[in-house]
Amino acid sequence: MQYEAGNYDVIVIGAGHAGAEAGLAAARQGAKTLVLTINLDMVAFMPCNPSIGGPAKGIVVREIDALGGEMGKNIDKTYIQMRMLNTGKGPAVRALRAQADKFAYQHEMKKTLENEPNLTLVQGMVESLIIEDDTCKGVITKTGAMYYSKTVIITTGTFLRGEIILGELKYSSGPNNQQPSIKLSEHLEELGFELVRFKTGTPPRVNGNTIDYSKTEIQPGDENPRAFSYETTKYITDQLPCWLTYTNEFTHQIIDANLHRSPMYSGMIKATGARYCPSIEDKVVRFNDKPRHQIFLEPEGRNTEEVYVQGLSTSLPEDIQHQLIRTVPGLEQAQMMRPGYAIEYDAIVPNQLWPTLETKKIKNLYTAGQINGTSGYEEAAGQGLMAGINAGRRALGKDELILSRSDAYIGVLIDDLVTKGTNEPYRLLTSRAEYRLLLRHDNADMRLTEIGHKIGLISEERYQKFLAKKEKIEAERERLQSTIIKPKKEVQELIKSLGGSELKDGIKASDLLKRPEMSYAHIAQIIPSEVELDDEVIEQVEIQIKYEGYIEKSLQQVERLKKMENKKIPIDIDYEAINGLATEARQKLKTVHPLSIAQASRISGVNPADISILLVYLEQGKIARVSNE
Amino acid sequence: MQLDTIAAISTPMGEGAIAIVRLSGEEAINIAGKLFQGVGEKRLTDVASHTIHYGHLIDPKTNEVIEEVMVSVMKAPKTFTKENVVEINCHGGLVSVNRVLQLVLNAGARLAEPGEFTKRAFLNGRIDLSQAEAVMDLIRAKTDRAMNVALGQMEGRLSKLIQRLRQEILETLAHVEVNIDYPEYDDVEEMTHKLLIEKASYVKKEIEKLLQTSQQGKILREGLSTVIVGRPNVGKSSLLNSLVQENKAIVTDIPGTTRDVIEEYVNVRGVPLRLLDTAGIRETEDIVERIGVERSRQVLKEADLILLVLNYADELTLEDENIFAAVEGMDVIVIVNKTDLPQKINLERVEELAKHHKLVTTSLLEDVGVDELEEAIASLFFAGSIDSGDITYVSNSRHIALLNQALQSIEEALEGVQAGVPIDIVQIDYIKTWELLGEIIGESVHDSLINQLFSQFCLGK
Repeated sequence: MQYEAGNYDVIVIGAGHAGAEAGLAAARQGAKTLVLTINLDMVAFMPCNPSIGGPAKGIVVREIDALGGEMGKNIDKTYIQMRMLNTGKGPAVRALRAQADKFAYQHEMKKTLENEPNLTLVQGMVESLIIEDDTCKGVITKTGAMYYSKTVIITTGTFLRGEIILGELKYSSGPNNQQPSIKLSEHLEELGFELVRFKTGTPPRVNGNTIDYSKTEIQPGDENPRAFSYETTKYITDQLPCWLTYTNEFTHQIIDANLHRSPMYSGMIKATGARYCPSIEDKVVRFNDKPRHQIFLEPEGRNTEEVYVQGLSTSLPEDIQHQLIRTVPGLEQAQMMRPGYAIEYDAIVPNQLWPTLETKKIKNLYTAGQINGTSGYEEAAGQGLMAGINAGRRALGKDELILSRSDAYIGVLIDDLVTKGTNEPYRLLTSRAEYRLLLRHDNADMRLTEIGHKIGLISEERYQKFLAKKEKIEAERERLQSTIIKPKKEVQELIKSLGGSELKDGIKASDLLKRPEMSYAHIAQIIPSEVELDDEVIEQVEIQIKYEGYIEKSLQQVERLKKMENKKIPIDIDYEAINGLATEARQKLKTVHPLSIAQASRISGVNPADISILLVYLEQGKIARVSNE
Repeated sequence: MQLDTIAAISTPMGEGAIAIVRLSGEEAINIAGKLFQGVGEKRLTDVASHTIHYGHLIDPKTNEVIEEVMVSVMKAPKTFTKENVVEINCHGGLVSVNRVLQLVLNAGARLAEPGEFTKRAFLNGRIDLSQAEAVMDLIRAKTDRAMNVALGQMEGRLSKLIQRLRQEILETLAHVEVNIDYPEYDDVEEMTHKLLIEKASYVKKEIEKLLQTSQQGKILREGLSTVIVGRPNVGKSSLLNSLVQENKAIVTDIPGTTRDVIEEYVNVRGVPLRLLDTAGIRETEDIVERIGVERSRQVLKEADLILLVLNYADELTLEDENIFAAVEGMDVIVIVNKTDLPQKINLERVEELAKHHKLVTTSLLEDVGVDELEEAIASLFFAGSIDSGDITYVSNSRHIALLNQALQSIEEALEGVQAGVPIDIVQIDYIKTWELLGEIIGESVHDSLINQLFSQFCLGK
């Protein structure tokens, strides 16, 4: 029995990391938003590792925060450990990573959704979409509720026709034995979407009371934890450590002896897994010269003894998993609470999307997160935010927002997906960004707050604070660029004590700072600032001056990219009508439908000659239009 | 891709008195300005549009004067391409014009694609609509041909060597990336500054070696000037025809310039020969006879290689002996031709005369001995190097320009590492080097880094 259940601007299907951000972004822009989830107890659930951030991913969380998203704030309230990674390296690759209290994390996010004025959070399983004239108008749930809306965002994660595989056992299921979503997947297929089958996996969990930590190495959090969100002022200092141990030859022997029972090797799993997330059996087979592999023991929260065994992701049968665990030092007596498993699911081939994450096939329908072939909470949240922003703006009659590859890792992620598609679950890596020196952890606010404010997700108060910070940075930079440091005795002595070569002449403070042995603190010792500057300002000044030459180089590249990005390709372009395009290029262009010459040139199989021809054609069209007038 | 500044030789290849290198694009005047030293303090960036200026081109790296030039400066929009255009008039001849082009490319211009000046003129609205289709055909046709030429070169050793260098850099890059993306994996050795310096120095040395081969590349760019001498009717034209037929003539190595097949250039096993005065051979069959002994001696002296042809079916004459005397001390290959006919020549005497030279017997008519001749040419050219098999010669202007840029960027990387700049930042320069090398062989796909990452290291949760 179907019934009309309400009218909304935006409907979000799913309330995982993508769905939560999408719902909040839409609602906070002023769109009346409905978020539907199969199980209300699973909002922002972490089915795999209890951590957020890390290289590239951590920067995404900062970007989400600078654009007014929730992930950063949520983890800042619920972490059990915070670490800044890559501190020994350059500023471009520093990244925060937090261990989450996964239960607190999901409860906190649920509370935020519940308390958002424009947002309605409801339990329900969507089985089909209401489509008229290739336009999405709403959704219908299993219980017959028909919700109407201007736009719909699908964020179903690994639920679409999910199947858990554990040794010889295979059963229909969402992650963590949740109800899978089967009808919606079939419905998408009927609508003509191309789906692929991907696979991911998770390791077993053990009871922390049964671990002998004395045989492992402690991995504590940072003494002075930092926060993801630019708005966070309260830091959790009571942190829990993680622990490091290793597999050994016995572990590897057990795996070798039972490979025939591994669904990966028996041929039971046909879906594509990710290379960066191999199971332990995969690692042992592919890198059989390695005598041991690292295992990190990560607590899943403060109010639980469950411990995540990072590094032991596996789909071997449960009986083998019991044996495996006990070969690892510290885990000899460990009691396995949940086995690891592999999960197969349907994903949409992401080149069926526009860079706004709207589907090309069905107007006003958006997809975000793992359904788009990615993996990782942060990748999901970044897409969720952008889909929420764009679906919200569409519903409110505003223009779209697309981040460029030089704006943010989120821009890199979405451009990669819609331009290149992906043939394995996609994970962000710093090496995917061409301009990573510009896309830093520290300057996410500098890059994106302006945008966040413009679209209404950053409050006026926060924006003013940001402007004040920016002003301070500028002023201090200017001061260092215009102040000459003379080779006075105390200056020479300071430089000598740092192992640098003495000044021959007066030197601009900014030039002195560029020397590798100098830091801002040293400069400030010689010429202290009259105004008090906080650490974030100092960090910006220091990085901007110290790496000026390299930043300049990257900016020049970006300049070239922008020129190509400004060459727009009309949506109604007819590639068949363009003489001289190579066949492969023509097909790829027709599928991807790039919006700019820059995007077109990133499609594999589209060569410089094709781009030249495209440019000429576009210009020809322009001339033709002019002469028609 | 389109708005950067492009450059190419815009006069036909050959021995004209003057050659022109043309630049077009926003930076054209600045780039030329960096190289130009005019009279007094005159700077190209200050001069009026549509004026011409006398001066010298200086290599900014060495401050060495490269060429005496006249430079025309034409500012946008009243130019052929509607962009800033600079035309550098220099002395004709392949060497000088190529040097000017390379200088300009090193200073920041990009070598124009085939038909690109015309394309720009069109894109900037200078050419009307009716010519659009023609331009497109031009781009397609020329690019395909350039690609075919490039593919031909790909099979060579250069491409293998570049691939090896790139692989070396790629492994280093993957190593650095892994340290960044998986900071906690202890089984991956940390890439250190010391290790990076080692790698960069190696790459730098290899690129320098390659560029050195391009220095002695006069031969490769201009061809090994070769003279065929011998009495009338010994088979000089047959030899010429045989070389040309066997090897086809060289196609221009500079895409974008319209030097088509030049018959006098032949490529023998990788050694380009410029057959001097071959037209003369065709007309009169005999250079010695045609221009007199004195003049011919002059021609001989300027040659890099002499192919001295004797008649197997005739006795040695005084004239033959005179020719031997004239070429003494030079690189000579003696060819005893017409072995299909009964022997009359005194081979012992020939061997004595040719004791410092290579000696080959042929029957060009029956295609006998041509292989040995080519072998002799190749081994003569490559002689002197310890292991000639390993030498890779760079002769293409585009390649040289890219190699120079790659060298510059690996030098910057090296400076950065030595100055203690963090590894992930100097990596910008490593990646650039890798990409520039990739452009030489037409590969610059970023994904290969990620593939390398996962094949080289064991990663994951």
